Amino acid sequence: MVFDWPAQRRTNLKIHEFQAKELMKAHGIPVPEGRAVTSVAGAINAVGPLVEASGNPVVVVKSQIHAGGRGKGRFKEDPELGGVTVVLDGIEGGVEAAKTKVAQLAGRMLGNTLVTVQTGESGKQVNRLYVEQGIDIETELYLSVLLDRGSSRNIVMASTEGGTEIETVAEETPEKILKAEIDPGLGLLDFQARDLAFGLGLEGVAFKNGVRFIKALTAFAVDLDADLVEINPLVVAKDGSVMALDGKMSFEANALYRHPEVQDMRDLSEENAAEIEASGYGLSFIKLDGTIGCMVNGAGLAMATMDIIKYVGGEPANFLDVGGGADKDQVAAAFKIITRDPNVTGIFVNIFGGIMKCDTIAQGVVDAVSEVGLEMPLVVRLEGTNVELGKQILDESGLNILSASDMKDGAQKILEATQT
Amino acid sequence: MSVLINKDTRVIVQGMGKTGRFHTDKAIAYGTQMVGAVHPSRAGQIEVFDGETDHSGVPGRGDSYRVEIPIFRTVREAMAATGATVSVVYVPPPFAADAIMEGADAGLDLIVCVTEGIPVADMVKAKSYIQSHHGRLVGPNCPGVITPGQCKIGIMPGYIHEEGRVGVVSRSGTLTYEAVHQLTQVGLGQTTAIGIGGDPVNGTDFIDCLKLFNDDPATEGVIMIGEIGGTAEEEAAAWITANMTKPVAGFIAGTTAPAGKRMGHAGAIISGGKGTAADKISALKAAGVVVAPTPTDMGAAMLEAMAD
Repeated sequence: MVFDWPAQRRTNLKIHEFQAKELMKAHGIPVPEGRAVTSVAGAINAVGPLVEASGNPVVVVKSQIHAGGRGKGRFKEDPELGGVTVVLDGIEGGVEAAKTKVAQLAGRMLGNTLVTVQTGESGKQVNRLYVEQGIDIETELYLSVLLDRGSSRNIVMASTEGGTEIETVAEETPEKILKAEIDPGLGLLDFQARDLAFGLGLEGVAFKNGVRFIKALTAFAVDLDADLVEINPLVVAKDGSVMALDGKMSFEANALYRHPEVQDMRDLSEENAAEIEASGYGLSFIKLDGTIGCMVNGAGLAMATMDIIKYVGGEPANFLDVGGGADKDQVAAAFKIITRDPNVTGIFVNIFGGIMKCDTIAQGVVDAVSEVGLEMPLVVRLEGTNVELGKQILDESGLNILSASDMKDGAQKILEATQT
Repeated sequence: MSVLINKDTRVIVQGMGKTGRFHTDKAIAYGTQMVGAVHPSRAGQIEVFDGETDHSGVPGRGDSYRVEIPIFRTVREAMAATGATVSVVYVPPPFAADAIMEGADAGLDLIVCVTEGIPVADMVKAKSYIQSHHGRLVGPNCPGVITPGQCKIGIMPGYIHEEGRVGVVSRSGTLTYEAVHQLTQVGLGQTTAIGIGGDPVNGTDFIDCLKLFNDDPATEGVIMIGEIGGTAEEEAAAWITANMTKPVAGFIAGTTAPAGKRMGHAGAIISGGKGTAADKISALKAAGVVVAPTPTDMGAAMLEAMAD
């Protein structure tokens, strides 16, 4: 669909922990004190003020990458070292001992590659650390705000099982997950917040702080159009204060236009370069690990095209939706992006021309191929408006383009062409 | 017979911009009774449409058409002046939810929202609002609704459709065209095709459509096209088991989709192990639905389901 409205990012925006904490702090949600640093010197300088402010000689050094599982993750270059490390040296040795240890850790972390369950084998380079004050933890809880598709409403989800992945809790002890539905007109009601806090086993000062935290976090998530706000763990400190020890957030792509402060937090180094480039052309692109490049109109058809490639025995190299009104420039850009992937050995173009006419698409493909100089097999399946004209244009182009009669035929043809 | 819309349906357009005008023209060419438009600042103007008909739509029309569509300030005024009961929304994303709620407040029976990219939070509010009103919302982010030979509302190509026996309900646009095209090719045709849209929050779901088709005497079978994300297909499967009296075929897109990645549609994301294609396919099969192994086999799957 093309609208009289600028093309938007289609992928939800994720932010770093230090950014999430900055945002929460600005919205009155308690978080530990911390500083984001990009150098060893910066890390050393962060320690003094943190220890002084909190009176706690313990600090934590946390790698800032988007992927989860940082605590259990290990550095490729330094397999003993975890992505999140607690520095206890200050307890006996004082601030100077803490600084020495932090400097050493920062030196081993910055510029190195952290591998976690979510980064894949290649890992992710750590360019920034978050140095945070230590907290005397009484209990670890779980709290999140997210969309429940079943009820078409946002819900608050809480659990006493902090520090554990909520998926695991849902599977093993579903009774330990508490939920409250947020009324779109009224927001989370006071009694709902109290119910959750009681359910989390909070009492006294911690109960009051907990209720306040739950209400503040809910308002925050709704106000900023968050797709997900997950605090795991949410900690109750020994003094009864309640704060977010971690913060995982993603913001809904369609609503980013009304939250420039969130949009500014986008970290391009965390995204696939080809996906960024594609979005600039209004293309929806996701890189996969296979060998057959796909170019399709419509998201559902694009997914189905990947499926049929797999069904006939191939592996799709990407998801690519050119949308409802692709022109020559978009088609050319799509070819360039697809062929840049060294794994790609052939391309399958699958178009159901509805409002968009097949002859227009065919001309776009021919022009783009002539311009880009494609050196691999190309199979085109056209169906819909002006399909005969479209096929004629492909046939008469003199280019090495194989024509397919339907999707399955196309998938088989490209597989054969790439295997010979 | 058909569901939701027929030859008597009178339609107004909310959002007569470039996109709205383009598709209004196509709908008029098809033979849909487009009778008015709403634009707060262009009220009083007349929008003129003329061109050649392609004879693929409502039978018995001439070779050309010329239609003048008056623009009104509000949905309420447009309904009062034109007798319309249905609207189609082409309003840009930031303002689309408001347009939907205006339509519901005015008392429209059906609001078809084509707009893609509406903030989810806006849809959460709009859905809650519409639930406390009389009307039904189809979409957003959908191709629309068509009853072949009678009425086309939305952006689907009219000519691939044919009056027939199968109800179509789908979360995806181009995949709907693929299914419709195959149904036409195998000679089954369609009673009504409903695109329910690819967003996580939508107005009408699979079960709503299955109910409509189950109660429609002209519909002899239903094909439902789903995709990864959410649990709407699983819920539909349970409903089919308990209530459906007609054969159902299906297809689920996204078998190869990696978890956690969004495939174009906001709703098509597998998270927390829920919403995988495999889960949906096995739920549908358990409900007796003939699931097409590939998108090329959707027409054949419907034939097979109806032969049983």
